Amino acid sequence: MMDASAGYVTEDGRQIGGVLMEMKNITLRFGGVVAIKDISFDIREGEIRAIIGPNGAGKSSMLNIISGFYTPSEGAVWYKGAPRPPMRPYEVARMGVARTFQNIALFEGMTVLDNVMTGRLTKMNAGIASQALWWGKARAEEVANREKVEEIIDFLEIQSIRKTPVGRLPYGLKKRVELARALAAEPSILLLDEPMAGMNVEEKEDMSRFILDVNDEFGTTIALIEHDMGVVMDLSDRVVVMDYGKKIGDGTPDEVRNNQDVIDAYLGVQH
Amino acid sequence: MTMTHTASGALESFPALLERNARMFGTKPAYREKEYGIWQSWTWAETAAEIESLALGLINLGVAQGDHIAIIGRNRPYLYWSMVAAQAVGAIPVPLYQDANAEEMAYVLDHCGARFVIAGDQEQVDKVIEIQENLHQFEHMIYLDPKGMRKYDHTRLHQYSHIQEQGHAARDELTPELERRRSILNYDSTCVMLYTSGTTGKPKGVVLSNQNMIETAKNSAEFDHLKAGDQVLAYLPMAWVGDFIFSIGQAYWTGFCVNCPESPETMMTDLREIGPSYYFAPPRIFETQLTQTMIRMEDAGPTKKKIFDHFMAHARKVGPAILDGKSVSAMDRLKYALGEFMVYGPLKNMLGFGRVRVGYTAGEAIGPEIFDFYRSLGINLKQLYGQTEASVFITQQPDGEVRSDTVGVPSPGVEVRIAENGEVFYRSPGTFVEYYKNPESTRDTKDAEGWVATGDAGFFEPSTGHLRIIDRAKDVGQMADGSLFAPKYVENKLKFFPNILEAVVFGADRDRCTAFINIDLTAVGNWAERNNIAYASYQELAGHPQVLATIQSHVEEVNRSVAQDEMLSGCQIHRFLVLHKELDADDGELTRTRKVRRKIIAEKFADLVGALYDGSPSIYTETEVTYEDGRKGQIRATLELRDAAVVPVAPQRVAAE
Repeated sequence: MMDASAGYVTEDGRQIGGVLMEMKNITLRFGGVVAIKDISFDIREGEIRAIIGPNGAGKSSMLNIISGFYTPSEGAVWYKGAPRPPMRPYEVARMGVARTFQNIALFEGMTVLDNVMTGRLTKMNAGIASQALWWGKARAEEVANREKVEEIIDFLEIQSIRKTPVGRLPYGLKKRVELARALAAEPSILLLDEPMAGMNVEEKEDMSRFILDVNDEFGTTIALIEHDMGVVMDLSDRVVVMDYGKKIGDGTPDEVRNNQDVIDAYLGVQH
Repeated sequence: MTMTHTASGALESFPALLERNARMFGTKPAYREKEYGIWQSWTWAETAAEIESLALGLINLGVAQGDHIAIIGRNRPYLYWSMVAAQAVGAIPVPLYQDANAEEMAYVLDHCGARFVIAGDQEQVDKVIEIQENLHQFEHMIYLDPKGMRKYDHTRLHQYSHIQEQGHAARDELTPELERRRSILNYDSTCVMLYTSGTTGKPKGVVLSNQNMIETAKNSAEFDHLKAGDQVLAYLPMAWVGDFIFSIGQAYWTGFCVNCPESPETMMTDLREIGPSYYFAPPRIFETQLTQTMIRMEDAGPTKKKIFDHFMAHARKVGPAILDGKSVSAMDRLKYALGEFMVYGPLKNMLGFGRVRVGYTAGEAIGPEIFDFYRSLGINLKQLYGQTEASVFITQQPDGEVRSDTVGVPSPGVEVRIAENGEVFYRSPGTFVEYYKNPESTRDTKDAEGWVATGDAGFFEPSTGHLRIIDRAKDVGQMADGSLFAPKYVENKLKFFPNILEAVVFGADRDRCTAFINIDLTAVGNWAERNNIAYASYQELAGHPQVLATIQSHVEEVNRSVAQDEMLSGCQIHRFLVLHKELDADDGELTRTRKVRRKIIAEKFADLVGALYDGSPSIYTETEVTYEDGRKGQIRATLELRDAAVVPVAPQRVAAE
């Protein structure tokens, strides 16, 4: 269906680039438990890639491998054409991988603005003394970073809560703030762990629109885990389906929808 | 700054005023908009340059003289510039309501035959794209915020900044043409076309000339001593005539600064940051702010609450008098000054009214408590009465003569006359030219001598010369004895009580008035909770004897107030009942904008109306209701009818009879 190096054109006419990240025969073990077993797939530049599967399929573990939180027991993650050595998550972040969390992980006592500013940490180099005195390089850096953050605040339409402590926000908005913080790092790949979980229909629609806009506007490659099948099928260009740590399907939403293994995994099968 | 030096003809259009402002106030701010968390500002000189580039760009795009350019979006400097740029190239700006759906938009765009649309963002662009198939004259669309539109087909779609760049690049070639078009603008040129949001029938395009707008802006600005250096916050819809007068008319005439909020949600924060000196809001906004303040004070500590209550009581006593410049004792003044320091000042600051010199409210009746609250704080809140066809101003209240129940004296240059049936007519320099492509309606509304019917009934108070609006002219009737019957006037008085949500007054062609009341479940429910009164439903609470007693006291208070009015004293309510269900648009009792449908209610509850007039103490009734999912149900209730005390008055005849 597609050429491995040149990319492809999506149904809605977007040009998808070459391979940005590739999982090669990834296996992840926790002691005797095999969470992920020999999985390979790729993520292409500019693509919205979904990872789906029933509970306990190993989706979050997969995302944690991509973000560098787990190191695979076997196999390797290739990033921008080269194998990525084992890294600390902050090193991965510096390489352009940002994420949001299934259970919101924001600083509740800090304002929205400050939370989003923390997303810029990887871009700040001023020394601790300079930062404490807010003088010289630190000041210039903060102004530059603030500008970028304000663009994102504008983009995600959260101007009205800029100075509100995150703890006072409703759930749907917290999710949006988390997305803002991830975007502040100007990632090449954005990992979204269940961005719609616990949302009502309207919030889901808003979030979907923002995900599409991020992809469209910044050209950010997005890998997401999501349970809402309607959302996944509408948003994503290609879908990886996992079950019991194994890959059981990979392809466009239509291909996956008609895949017998996938249907069995979701609806159950008589043994 | 006097304008006497300007020869007539020099300042007969907004592009001409812009040129003058760039010369006279070049370095003063003309526009501000909060974006990326910072107030960005443009001086008059910069504004002139921006508008120049855009105007050149419009010519470059093929805009011809007499074209209509629709402008859709929230209040942003760029869109205000679009209006003046359109005027500069001889086109007619047509601002549309941004919350209009595609269908409504299609009607207006088709009716005015807009060849060009300038839209704020993707949402508006999408709406126009959806309907463009049916718009035969539509050619190009310009958008402001490119977000989400990167992949759109750009053959007929252009980014605002690109149009400006192209115009700027072609300036040597196109400037003579722009000069030519600008130079022929005069008082008779069309300034703007605004569509009235018709409650009945299709919207009508009101054509307003430069003379209408500039004369009105000049008169009203002088009336309130507006000047360069004043600040306004532009947040009301751009398609509304008031916004055009405030944010373009008066702003260009006086050279004051127009500030645009960051987004509709941040409006309150932005209001506080800007601290406008000239402010307009419909009663609803003042009401919301007052409620929020009171709720927050309920949660304040006891000491703070005590200080607040103490000084607010003092403010209510002397505040309005001080504002009106009446004599107040030195002791009271001193205490008011202390209150200003401790309570009023900080409160005004919180509300964003710290610097308001002139504030206006209009559109509907404002509750006297709400009005007095703001005035007692020292905010010069006034009322005006106007409509699109008059370029807003018909009457307004001069400083020092402000009351909640009048709408003031005729604005400078406006003649007002009351017809025999009580309808208000006016004639002014602001009187509209015509309804676009609708000579029939124009004739119906404006007679050969230029008098325009407002559709409202009112009268001038003999003692003060102030106009009082009582109702829509078509709703005003007569009672059996010939005295005036103005239901909405009484209903509004009832609805000013927080406990009363809706009221329907009957009495046309009868010997006395009666009323249906709907209690406000939030307010009365809150009261019930505090007083340990258990209730399970609206119906049960509405029938509670204590609730009925409270409502009765409200009705009697309204009667006393109505009785003071010679002409309307016949409208006192003799009997009332509290309805067993809330009036609902789903049952057809209200319109979708929550206006009472008097006739339908009278038919539907004919048995109840009958009982109000036959003197029975209670009545059993069954009513069909429609649930939100469309199912039907029955409500059964036995309602108690109560007599309300009335103030005896000699029956009054309508003057005209």
